[in-house]
Amino acid sequence: MSESAQPDGIKIDVKNLDAWFRGTQALRNVSLSVPKNTVLAIIGPSGCGKSTFVRCINRMHELVPGATQTGKVFVDGKDLHARGVDPVDLRRRVGMVFQRPNPFPTMSIYENVAAGLKLNGIGGDHKQLVEKSLRQAALWDEVKDRLQSSALSLSGGQQQRLCIARALAIGPEVLLMDEPASALDPIATAKIEELIHELREALTIVIVTHNMQQAARVSDSTAFFYLGELIEHGPTERIFTNPREPRTEDYVTGKFG
Amino acid sequence: MTLTARRAANGIMTGLCGLALVVALIPLVSLLWLVISNGIHGLSLDFFTALPAPVGETGGGVGNALAGTLYIVGVACLIGVPIGVGAGVFLAERGDGQLGDAIRFTAEVLSGVPSIVVGIVAYGMVVLPMRRFSALAGGVALAVLMVPTLARSTEELVRLVPQSLREASLALGVPQWRTSLKVILRTALGGIMTAILLAVARAAGETAPLLFTSLNNQYWNWRADQPTASLTVQIFNYAVSPYKDWHDKAWSAALVLLLLVGALSMAGRLLSRSRLR
Repeated sequence: MSESAQPDGIKIDVKNLDAWFRGTQALRNVSLSVPKNTVLAIIGPSGCGKSTFVRCINRMHELVPGATQTGKVFVDGKDLHARGVDPVDLRRRVGMVFQRPNPFPTMSIYENVAAGLKLNGIGGDHKQLVEKSLRQAALWDEVKDRLQSSALSLSGGQQQRLCIARALAIGPEVLLMDEPASALDPIATAKIEELIHELREALTIVIVTHNMQQAARVSDSTAFFYLGELIEHGPTERIFTNPREPRTEDYVTGKFG
Repeated sequence: MTLTARRAANGIMTGLCGLALVVALIPLVSLLWLVISNGIHGLSLDFFTALPAPVGETGGGVGNALAGTLYIVGVACLIGVPIGVGAGVFLAERGDGQLGDAIRFTAEVLSGVPSIVVGIVAYGMVVLPMRRFSALAGGVALAVLMVPTLARSTEELVRLVPQSLREASLALGVPQWRTSLKVILRTALGGIMTAILLAVARAAGETAPLLFTSLNNQYWNWRADQPTASLTVQIFNYAVSPYKDWHDKAWSAALVLLLLVGALSMAGRLLSRSRLR
């Protein structure tokens, strides 16, 4: 993907976004856009606002007590904070996968995947949707014979893929992934990266990662955040081979971070 | 300190702690012993199922009182569990403001109110307007006793549910209220069941609030607006009577009550243990 994507192909557009937690500013004047069906990787040292940034895209940020924001976020050209935009509705279109696998402990594997459908009263063939989502998340073959056992009986990597399947089941257009592989071993990580490649066909993905090789492998464009500021954003290849900003270069070459 | 001195100090302290344990166990064991040794002779299948017999007649039981206790406690649960659990969920989810503090303070005060005072309140609220003693009045009194403890323990249990589960649900586009109900409450349900069982066990052992609410009844009763027998009041009546026969029955009824409360507490603890597994 190039930086000159057509404006009408833009899925997520962020303009002058500032975000605070009580008195602390977590994001400073961030503007960037993500074209449809591409993967944006967000890299940067801890506490640089990566998670806050993705949480502004599905309005999870505002759920934290004392959190505020200014600036605009558009999804499909629509301002998320315009009047009449229901955050509940938005979150059905913009799914999220968290850093730590968080399956519902009281539900079975099947129920976990169907949770979004059931809790939102979405009709349709749940059985088929569950299977489709589990296949998409590359988990189906491992769990098809024990769909009724507890979600906690799965390994960490499987739980994370279960959470991805759960997010996919309600048919989102955007998937936000907040360090989805940071708690996983290399094999599970590889599976999830493979998954991201396949999901790009249908979704727009924003992935936060600490792992620069991962960012290089999975993303079309990469954004480097530092102390709440967007330092540089461009095609992944260029960010890693020929960054314009010295701070980006220092970070991707491991001089600090 | 030399090694010997330390060993000696250790031995003495261990001994003292052991002694304290024995002293603490004396009243408990003697109570159990007294109730079991005095009550066990009177126990028979009849004792659990039959109506009380008049003085002088042999046989008879506390069937109606046992059923009445379960009935009154059931009524108390119907009233108290939704209020207590609901208040607890509110406190955990929305209780950070002044309203929450006020409710918390009220619950604390309420849980310190002596049970006989709660009985008088139920007498004034239910018995006087209805002009009769009833299972409903007894249930209301016990419910008032259950609500504050249930609310506080539900609050703690709901707060124990990890924030990540709430986020998982919200991120799926599930509205707040449904998240609280279907995800948070469901996750805490095992613990809340335990809390309910323990509250029920406590309520089943109450006498004072029932004395002038559900009163007593010599016969079976399944109507909520009629006086109803209960084990605790039955024990009280038997125990203050001048008849040796009835004293024996009081012991046996006490043993039945002890078994009931013990079984409930045990079930509660087993439930919580299987949850922690």
